[in-house]
Amino acid sequence: MKALSAAQRRRRRSLYVMAALAVLSTLVFGLLQKSGQVVTYGFVLDKEWVLVQQWVINSRTASLLFGLVAVAASGVAFLQFRAGKTIGIASAVGAAGIMMSFLSWAAAGKFIPFTGLLQGALLLSVPLIFGSMAGVLSERSGVVNIAIEGQLLAGAFVSGVVASLTHSTFWGLIVAPFAGCLISTLLAVFAINFAIDQIILGFVLNVLVYGITDFLYKKLLIPYQATWNSGPTLAAIKIPILWKIPLLGPILFDQSIIVYLMYGVVFLISFSLFKTKWGLRTRAVGEHPTAADSVGIKVNRLRFMNVMIAGMVAGLGGAYFTVGGVGAFNKEMTAGKGFIALAALIFGRWTPWGAVSAALLFGFADNLQSVLGIIGTPIPSEFMLMVPYLVTVVAVTGFVGRVRAPAADGTPYKRGESH
Amino acid sequence: MSLELRGITKTFGALVANDSIDLKVETGEIHAILGENGAGKSTLMNIVYGLVAPDSGEILVDGVVKKISEPSDALASGIGMVHQHFMLVPVFTVAENIVLGHEKTGFAGRLDLNEARERIKKVSDQFNFDVNPDDLIEGLPVGVQQRVEIIRALIYDAKVLILDEPTAVLTPQETDDLLKIMQELKAQGTSIIFITHKLREVKAVADRITIIRRGKVVGNASPSASQSELASLMVGREVELAPDRGAHDVGAEVLVVKDLSILDITGRALVNKVSFSVRAGEVLAIAGVQGNGQSEVARAMVNLEEHVKGSITLNGEEIVGKSVRESLHAGIAFVPESRELDGLIGSMSIAENLILDLHDLAPYAKGIQLFPNVVLDEAAKRRDEFDIRLQNVTDPISSLSGGNKQKVVLARELSRPVKLLVASQPTRGLDVGSIEFVHKRILEERDAGRAVLLFSTELDEVLALADRIAVMYRGEILSIVPSGVSAQELGLLMAGVVHA
Repeated sequence: MKALSAAQRRRRRSLYVMAALAVLSTLVFGLLQKSGQVVTYGFVLDKEWVLVQQWVINSRTASLLFGLVAVAASGVAFLQFRAGKTIGIASAVGAAGIMMSFLSWAAAGKFIPFTGLLQGALLLSVPLIFGSMAGVLSERSGVVNIAIEGQLLAGAFVSGVVASLTHSTFWGLIVAPFAGCLISTLLAVFAINFAIDQIILGFVLNVLVYGITDFLYKKLLIPYQATWNSGPTLAAIKIPILWKIPLLGPILFDQSIIVYLMYGVVFLISFSLFKTKWGLRTRAVGEHPTAADSVGIKVNRLRFMNVMIAGMVAGLGGAYFTVGGVGAFNKEMTAGKGFIALAALIFGRWTPWGAVSAALLFGFADNLQSVLGIIGTPIPSEFMLMVPYLVTVVAVTGFVGRVRAPAADGTPYKRGESH
Repeated sequence: MSLELRGITKTFGALVANDSIDLKVETGEIHAILGENGAGKSTLMNIVYGLVAPDSGEILVDGVVKKISEPSDALASGIGMVHQHFMLVPVFTVAENIVLGHEKTGFAGRLDLNEARERIKKVSDQFNFDVNPDDLIEGLPVGVQQRVEIIRALIYDAKVLILDEPTAVLTPQETDDLLKIMQELKAQGTSIIFITHKLREVKAVADRITIIRRGKVVGNASPSASQSELASLMVGREVELAPDRGAHDVGAEVLVVKDLSILDITGRALVNKVSFSVRAGEVLAIAGVQGNGQSEVARAMVNLEEHVKGSITLNGEEIVGKSVRESLHAGIAFVPESRELDGLIGSMSIAENLILDLHDLAPYAKGIQLFPNVVLDEAAKRRDEFDIRLQNVTDPISSLSGGNKQKVVLARELSRPVKLLVASQPTRGLDVGSIEFVHKRILEERDAGRAVLLFSTELDEVLALADRIAVMYRGEILSIVPSGVSAQELGLLMAGVVHA
């Protein structure tokens, strides 16, 4: 075999890890499992067209089956790797097989609402996707955005309060982007105009938003809850016909407006970043600002604008917590989602679709944890709570390897100072 | 198109970078601007290109005063520039780089690169550039990247083309190609401003020469002037272009390198089974274009490289496997390629930098105690010996000029008992005066019976100093030749061409 590049060897290492996990899950979840219990997967949530109502299977058989699928997929992936082909589909099947093998074991004797599991996963990834899109916008143009958490929280707070005061989810949604934008404008002013260290700055902004919202929550939202913190929530909208597609319909097309807005944001950003003039310029100022300047692009103005738009995207994502979810604002309710969004951004190699995939994975881990917690599993619930974070750490360190951030990410630009 | 500068002045704090400079470039001429590093050439060109705003003065294009405050103004006035550090985004394609800032869009704001592709192909064919619009910049050789910059200037209709130190990064062959391209451009009516400090190239292509020293125009010369005339105008005094190399005795082999291979972290061989030896009282120069493995060999001499196979012996003692500190104390003086990054600690004082290697040993320290006064005394002594021009030895090292920083590195490395001096690109970025000093010092070491291993990409430096020359190409030593070799032959070797 020819000498492998670093990227290829990393991919091969991931393949070995996957193959080992597949074999391990076949053994542990399949062969070592006591037989006799059945697992039930439900596939219907509502009144969509029914393909399969539910699937009842002996859990040992299921674990064994999915484990073997994963082993086979690992083999196919390895053959494709040797032939120099892409291994995306085979590794996805392998990963899904391992996961299902585990699930069939963990839910032995229980009922798993499969569609609901995925629908919940999508919902939990919504703030992650909005947050990571904010990261793409900002970091692709060269400004490190640690303040996503703060932007989400500001969006959540303001939209919750405004929706409560106006009794209108519409106004809650409208103001959320401006709340996020306010925070990101602070980031832009200090990072771009005053060249403050962007990591420290982002951190400070997060603490600032935590502090302000905690204070207002305690002094205003709790004592005057009826007026200030009892906003309405968005209802789910069924997209005609589409929502009736089995499995996918209820997951993708029976959601609140904020999820549909998210689809739009993702498509718009991924198209614009790679296919438009704005995108070319944005990537140029993130990679080589001096070059961009030398052809007449106003580097700092473009960065400022992109950071502001990033704040608006994250702010809209913040509205998901209040008007898109429970209605009322709660202290520190973003609970680190902004940082997980940042991890999704890195895991996704600073590309919009990569970040979306990573966010969906994290969202799935999060929801799996809560579903298994509810139905009761052999695994202690404390451990289950760790799963999403564990997935984040493993994903970012083990499988991403050395990724290349935009070359000028985090470096303030001043004409004549850098090459 | 003609370009005229009148009374351009620019100061940075107390430093006068440009002092009322007047300059006129006529239509279709190659006008060389000759000056040392730090003479103010680049500042002047950045003013013309709108990257730096002058304090006073005006720029006239075809006799009309133009206000150029942004690069886009310069482009609109027909002024194009090929920068010393290329203004190309490495992860973009050629076409993407060329449309950047002048994008054409189609339906729904979608980028349209087709027109640019056509124009790139046209210009590329016209000059035999062999540039493919869809290649990624980071995969292209430096010489081709430079052509991309030239294409960009031509596509945007540059009538005056500024080339800022264009040959600094090129191989001798690429340099010759570039000089030919400049002649062709001139023949088509493009005016060229050629910024350089290389006398040979100026004499080869320039129609007129303007010499700048310390921010002022100090004279004009015609290309028929001799190299030493040009050099003394540039420096302001008589200069010895080739240092005097007296006769000397060569002793026993000091350094013997056998089958040295160096791998990168992915296991690729950067240096492949290289063998050579250096005798006492001899300068062996390792020549080659940047990036052919010389830097790694230099670093391996003091064990700064990680994946090393083969053997390096100093007076019979094996060096490979020792720590950096042990290698240095075995008798190796090491002048690294980048003074700022690897040779010195920028925020520490000159005195501290001078004793970095021995800071924990007597007489500077005992146990955990450091004796600052001893350090200061020693620093003052070395300042005098090496003629380091400084205000105060307690000033930070970053306050010194490049030449004086290099003197600090030399002073530190040569103050230990040394058998071998390893000097990697010792004069890169230095002014002529400092180059003279460094060259003299290297030859003094040789005459004192030390072995010298010199790594250099500068042909003239190699020819001036070396007793023998080893040429590296793609990680291997192609050939070891005696010092009498011609510059042309050496240039061919550096480009990988071996004669039977």
